[in-house]
Amino acid sequence: MANVLINAPKTARRGEIIEIKALILHPMETGFRPGTNGSIIARNIIERFTATWNGDEIFRIDLSPAIAANPFVSFFAVATDSGTVSLRWSGDEGFQVEESIAITVE
Amino acid sequence: MDRRRFLAGTATIVVLPFASARATPGSMAAAISQVVGDAAVRRGRVTLDVPPLVENGNTVPLVVSVESPMTAVDHVKAIHVFNEKNPQPNIFSARLGPRNGRAVVGTRIKLGDSQTIMAIAETSSGEFWSASADVIVTLAACLEEAS
Amino acid sequence: MMRLRIGLCLASVFVASLALAQGGIDKRRSGYQDMGPSLQKMQDDGTANPGMLFVQLGAQAWATPAGAANKACVDCHGASGATMKGVALRYPAIPEGADTPADLEARINLCRTANQKAAPLPPESRELLSLSAYVAHQSRGQPIAPPDDPRLAPFRERGAALWAARQGQLNLSCAACHDDNAGKKLAGVTIPEAHPTGYPVYRLEWQTLGSLKRRLRNCLVGIRAESYAYDSPEYVMLELFLMERARGMAFEAPAVRP
Repeated sequence: MANVLINAPKTARRGEIIEIKALILHPMETGFRPGTNGSIIARNIIERFTATWNGDEIFRIDLSPAIAANPFVSFFAVATDSGTVSLRWSGDEGFQVEESIAITVE
Repeated sequence: MDRRRFLAGTATIVVLPFASARATPGSMAAAISQVVGDAAVRRGRVTLDVPPLVENGNTVPLVVSVESPMTAVDHVKAIHVFNEKNPQPNIFSARLGPRNGRAVVGTRIKLGDSQTIMAIAETSSGEFWSASADVIVTLAACLEEAS
Repeated sequence: MMRLRIGLCLASVFVASLALAQGGIDKRRSGYQDMGPSLQKMQDDGTANPGMLFVQLGAQAWATPAGAANKACVDCHGASGATMKGVALRYPAIPEGADTPADLEARINLCRTANQKAAPLPPESRELLSLSAYVAHQSRGQPIAPPDDPRLAPFRERGAALWAARQGQLNLSCAACHDDNAGKKLAGVTIPEAHPTGYPVYRLEWQTLGSLKRRLRNCLVGIRAESYAYDSPEYVMLELFLMERARGMAFEAPAVRP
């Protein structure tokens, strides 16, 4: 959990719709800003965020430079079965982060 | 010149957040047509929740909600958000399905200037629904040194 | 111990008299109150507040050994960080054995050099901000409580004088904006009363966390004055003055500000 904050319930009733919120440390450098020397700072953004529930993709969002630094994403999911929700961020400069949380569905 | 007028003058010398070409209403329309093709985009079913006046355009909370039962036969497949004055017209494209239960996506965006933003939802039956919102971005009065 | 007891006593007398003088109604406003509901919500929600990413990094740094002594903060101060509750409320203060005040960042660096035998962390570095955010977060919700150490008085007075002195090409003082015109508009922005209730603060303008020192430098640039070097005593003097001015206000770190 180096640089990610995830907010989701640890337990849910079967069929319940839960909200999952995730925040990650990242500059989301747009590629349009000049640096102190006047030249443009290279673009460095997260391009994609994906959520899987026990391996099945349930949500995906493609991001652009217009997403704020330290991106925040929230979405909903139907609690189907106990297991692992994995969140994956990928982007420029080989950026790859994956975090998983366990959810118990009763 | 009194101090207030001088201050007001200096306060308008603000950083231009984006130096190069900007998205225009035209390029937003072009980006939208890339997504929807020839299909009609109707107003409604979509709620775009964004503050009408933001204190800083660097981090603007935004939530898009779409009325949908989110069942296997009738759900929202995708939500796209566009702007007309940032350097690029696209903000995000999200893929959803019945596993989401609710067609609601939240994030935080950058807005280089006061402008109109638009959210378009694509349903499983191939319909497009939309909402738009005007956001006024106030700019910081005092600037930091370039860093 | 005796000095501490007298200090505590004086502090409670001072707070009581301040409350009386104000008729029990505190008219001071945190910058929080001038923000819109969406930014207030961002600050209040632990997984929406980007400053909490730094608190989490700080918790990791807190447990990581550093320096020639190979000691971590946890080795002296405990794993929970709860021992740091209240610390951020009383800084700047004069560290034991020193004769000049240090702010929280300087105090953390003192621990690094003296106890961990490590190099001090650079100003505004991610690690220093993270550690100070972690320590400051322990005091969230508590009232700001500067120590009543009489040795601080001359430094605080110099801070008050700096606050009131006109400087820079715009010939403005801190007081001209934040005392005389607070609550009015400068361009589209409400001029805040400038209470240091939430530092280190996640400022949207910066798109990252920053210290009170960075904010003070920002103001100096704003009035077209030359900022002091990062290690200048002037910042600590201003911080002392500001913390006294905000005595009793609720601490919000890590706060969110536009």
